[in-house]
Amino acid sequence: MGEVKLFRTWSSPFALRVVWALKLKGVEYETIYEDLANKSSSLLEYNPVHKKVPVLLHNGIPICESLVILEYIDETWNEGVRFLPKDPLARATARFWAKFNDEQVFPSFFRYFMRQGEDQEKAKEKVLENLKFVEEHLKGKKFFDGEVFGFLDLVFGWLVCYPGVINKAINLKLLDEQMFPNLCTWMEQFGDVPVIKETWPDEEALIHKFHKMREGLGIYIYTKLRYEAS
Amino acid sequence: MDVSEVVLLDFWASLFCMRVKIALAEKGVQYDCKEENLANKSQLLLQMNPVHKKIPVLIHHGKPISESNIIVQYIDEAWQNKHPPLLPSDPYLKAQARFWADFVDKKVPIICHIFLLRFSIDLICVEKNTQINDGARRIWSTKGEELEKAKREFIEWLNVLEEQLGDKAYLMGESFGYADIAMVPFYCWFYALETIGKMSIEKECPKVVAWMKRCMERESVSKSLPDPHKVYEFRLQKLNNKTT
Repeated sequence: MGEVKLFRTWSSPFALRVVWALKLKGVEYETIYEDLANKSSSLLEYNPVHKKVPVLLHNGIPICESLVILEYIDETWNEGVRFLPKDPLARATARFWAKFNDEQVFPSFFRYFMRQGEDQEKAKEKVLENLKFVEEHLKGKKFFDGEVFGFLDLVFGWLVCYPGVINKAINLKLLDEQMFPNLCTWMEQFGDVPVIKETWPDEEALIHKFHKMREGLGIYIYTKLRYEAS
Repeated sequence: MDVSEVVLLDFWASLFCMRVKIALAEKGVQYDCKEENLANKSQLLLQMNPVHKKIPVLIHHGKPISESNIIVQYIDEAWQNKHPPLLPSDPYLKAQARFWADFVDKKVPIICHIFLLRFSIDLICVEKNTQINDGARRIWSTKGEELEKAKREFIEWLNVLEEQLGDKAYLMGESFGYADIAMVPFYCWFYALETIGKMSIEKECPKVVAWMKRCMERESVSKSLPDPHKVYEFRLQKLNNKTT
């Protein structure tokens, strides 16, 4: 099915969802790691509009924006496992929650992580409010789309790793089992899927990165660039 | 088909609702349009979109679909047997259409919002000799540079679309579709933006404006967009209410 390359950073949760999608579909691909402080001319050529990662290159043609890439992978390698359901209403519902994650849940979590004191408390209220909607959506289901995992699990998958690592790094706990029983159960189940388990970034390296971000060394980069590129 | 099978929770001035109306018209789908009072949202809206409590919401067989670009994709898939298709069938071209609709979603509303909310107060005060309250005076006093910056950013973003258009009739080529539907409602705001910004969008981005006019030749678009003067007056009225 052609040559596939993935431009990514080692730590980005948005890149990880694409990695999972490719591996679950059994697609062979080459990884090109980008240094966002020194972007390659290839990246700037393949994503001139946003200049961000991840970018999927299929037979030399780029596809940008991680949710667009996920649907592209699902439609192009369309035999075997499918991520999105067939029913139009179920697809629209999945897309709605994916957008909710990318525009609300993740940014609110990021703000909670990057703030201090009273600002952090306010940010915490917001992320908890967002997570409560997600918790409710998961009610009665093993995975987001039912018995089998799919598109939305890939989208929300960052929850399995990043909040836990941040808690280890700076003692900032978010996902309480009493408040979020559905989410915590899902995290265990999805986290157990071999492809997911085997692809997390190195925890020590992540902890170091989170410390740096909080200590202000990373802050310039993360306020200048959108979180998508992290 | 009973029109009440398809219901649109709407607001006449909402750009996002216009996208849905265009898509429904393209597919020839009959529907019941319910106008919402955004200052006093209906129980139906709060029940159908509990997460965001926003319009548009499409209700089909009693089930809600929210977020305008997602609704347009739903319309294309639920009425896939009705011509025309709104998205290409090729996965790569589909990805491109999604990318550009996402680009419009990310960039254009924010800048339009900044433009209209922050700088229209200036215009109201000048046009209507309104008593300027302290808040308006503070905003008014920082106008010049910020307005120029917002204009530059807006034109820069429109120029990305200008370049993508090239010699094409529509954003994805010869056929009108999803990516065009994402952008075309903003055309009814151009008059307001040009008046407030004191600029000609056509002069800066002639291909974008030609594209918008071409889209307006389609009945689905011309019947779904309100009069730009009405939009401008509505904006002024909203801001006038905020400053008195």
